[in-house]
Amino acid sequence: MANIQEKISKICPSVTFEEGETLLVSVPEKDWRMLAVALKENADLNFDVLTALIGMDWKDSLGVIYYFTSTARNWEMLSVKVAVEDREKPMIHTVSDLWKVANFQEREVYDFYGIEFIGHPDMRRFFLRNDWVGYPLRKDYDANPDLNPIRMEDEENEDDSHTLVEMPDGSIKRVETKVFAPEDYVVNIGPQHPSTHGVMRFRAAIDGETVTKVDVVSGYIHRGIEKLSEGMTYPQTLHFTDRMDYMSAHMNRHCLCMCIEKALGLEVPKRAQVIRVMMDELMRISSHLLAFGCTSMDMGATTCFFYGFREREMVLDIFEKTCGARMSMNYNVIGGVIADLHPDFVKDVKALIEVMPKALKEYHKVFSGNVIAKNRMVGVGMLSKEDAINYDITGPSGRGSNWSCDTRKKHPYSAYPDVQFEEVLEEGCDSYARYMVRMREIEESVKILEQLVDNIPEGEIRAQVPKIVKLPAGRWYQQVEASRGAFGVYIESTGEKTPYRLHFQSPCFNLVGVMDLTCRGNMIADLIVIGAALDFVIPDIDR
Amino acid sequence: MAVKSPAIRSMKHEDFKDNAYIDSLVEELNATGANVVVGKLDQLINWGRANSLWPLCFGTSCCAIEFMCLGAARYDMARYGAEVARNSPRQADYIMVQGTIVHRMAPVLRRLYEQLAEPRYVIACGGCAVSGGPFKNSYCVLPGVDKILPVDVYIPGCPPRPEAMFYGLMQLQRKIKVQKFFGGANRKEKIDEFFAKHSSEVGKY
Repeated sequence: MANIQEKISKICPSVTFEEGETLLVSVPEKDWRMLAVALKENADLNFDVLTALIGMDWKDSLGVIYYFTSTARNWEMLSVKVAVEDREKPMIHTVSDLWKVANFQEREVYDFYGIEFIGHPDMRRFFLRNDWVGYPLRKDYDANPDLNPIRMEDEENEDDSHTLVEMPDGSIKRVETKVFAPEDYVVNIGPQHPSTHGVMRFRAAIDGETVTKVDVVSGYIHRGIEKLSEGMTYPQTLHFTDRMDYMSAHMNRHCLCMCIEKALGLEVPKRAQVIRVMMDELMRISSHLLAFGCTSMDMGATTCFFYGFREREMVLDIFEKTCGARMSMNYNVIGGVIADLHPDFVKDVKALIEVMPKALKEYHKVFSGNVIAKNRMVGVGMLSKEDAINYDITGPSGRGSNWSCDTRKKHPYSAYPDVQFEEVLEEGCDSYARYMVRMREIEESVKILEQLVDNIPEGEIRAQVPKIVKLPAGRWYQQVEASRGAFGVYIESTGEKTPYRLHFQSPCFNLVGVMDLTCRGNMIADLIVIGAALDFVIPDIDR
Repeated sequence: MAVKSPAIRSMKHEDFKDNAYIDSLVEELNATGANVVVGKLDQLINWGRANSLWPLCFGTSCCAIEFMCLGAARYDMARYGAEVARNSPRQADYIMVQGTIVHRMAPVLRRLYEQLAEPRYVIACGGCAVSGGPFKNSYCVLPGVDKILPVDVYIPGCPPRPEAMFYGLMQLQRKIKVQKFFGGANRKEKIDEFFAKHSSEVGKY
């Protein structure tokens, strides 16, 4: 770390460092752009992944916290803080041309905090209507419902956008732009569409049948979870995680619990760790089965949907017996899990382990080798490894582009260091590769369950946790491998009972960011297949 | 003559817990009596309508996944004649609101409702659709869809179990089976009344 400090202060002498969980580099806004270019392109630094981009309001200043990862240097992480004091017209230089993933994330920050990014090509709101008054995640946001009543008139299609251009003399000029050109023929898909896997809306410009541009309109299920969390105690915030990506409910909650435990310095009992990992893997199986069913149903193979759900019900039964619910389990708590395993748990898991390989064989026979399925998926929605890294596409979609990015391997957590499993990689870079990664990951999850099911250690299921959970002042970032990629939780605490800022970095948010890239040049009918193979969950994007 | 409890042959009165509403509805509908011919015709139409309830696919979050389980083999919605989930509101009979409705979605939902063909029904499924659920206090969440739509059946739960969804569906079937379409209460007028009453309220939330 000292090494990195030296290098950074050589490039940019005005920075200050703050030791913490990860090294925090504070850089003045005027030097930020220079440092960003160096972080990306300097061979010694080489931070090629922008893991998280978090808008912040520190009351006296607004700003952004960036988390970078260097895949070349053993997934080392670095955080950077950029703050501006102007609350009227805060502006920060964009990094969306260096790390493409920042494109949507900077729009999110603009939406929540009103920070405009100089040089960002398309500065529009992302989640809220464009006639929304105020920036809701600012600490001085006026929540008076008279300002933002439920508007029942239809929303105007927002074709107007703007970009801030920096002139050679240093002044900033606002340039009005259009999302689509006047000659574009635009087809609207969603928000209520069965194949968008939720309430996502795409506007696709087409030339004949070929897609030339996709504009993502999100926010149809934006519930403001991050703002709500700021008014709740830590144990109260837990239940939101189950309702974001409901198909990785256990993993998301595991992540938030681990982040809080890390801040508290809690040691989780071994039994609880093993239970958590087993639940995570069961959840992964259930999620990939649903993805299998829905992908095939989107292509018209309705029968596969019934096959996938047949096995999924077995997993749900296991959850129901132990957690008391089929979905939104609310099982992990700070320090461990809420209840001990049901007496039938081991028996049920063994039954599942026995059934799954046979079922997978059946799926492959029915669907994977099917000539129609192959024609629709092979070579459709190409995403190169470089793009996957630049857009931070983790999870099965990233591994379908042959990018080794499994958080369980890169930053091992909980009981994962003790189990043997293979990181599934495919070289196809297309929709079929993503689909196959999911199917093979089910096998790996079964392998993990096999190793653990007879070796669940005896002991406590929960560590002793103080009655009132108060985190010390500081900031923490924790990642887990959710069903759809690396899920991150960022907590900034000032020592209170409630988080000062709680940010969820969801994998699906990045996935939807590549829709434009992967759909261009494909047929309009393939847009549905590409979306299904990327397998995003909309409430996870919108939060 | 005293009003008899609704005689739905396939769905017995004593099998259900919540009968007060359906009793009062029958009382209201039968207040002016019913013509024998028209009454029989009504029964026939209601029999058809109640047993082929086609839902509109409208799931915004978690409840939609449970709704998919309803369609799959284990729970098999086809037993109720409700398996034909339509993607276009023009072909659907009722809208089952599954999940949170936020400010941006509210006008879209109202538009979808208006596009449903008469007679149309609304089921609010899950805590979020009933009252805003855990997100009630958020800056952009609707505290229940009954603020913008006339709701027929509420199904609580987060998400409701498939059995609960079936119970809700059966309540809707019962409601349809006792309704009168000839000469009785005019549903359309009531819906217009609802919108007139709520248009001033909508801005408040």
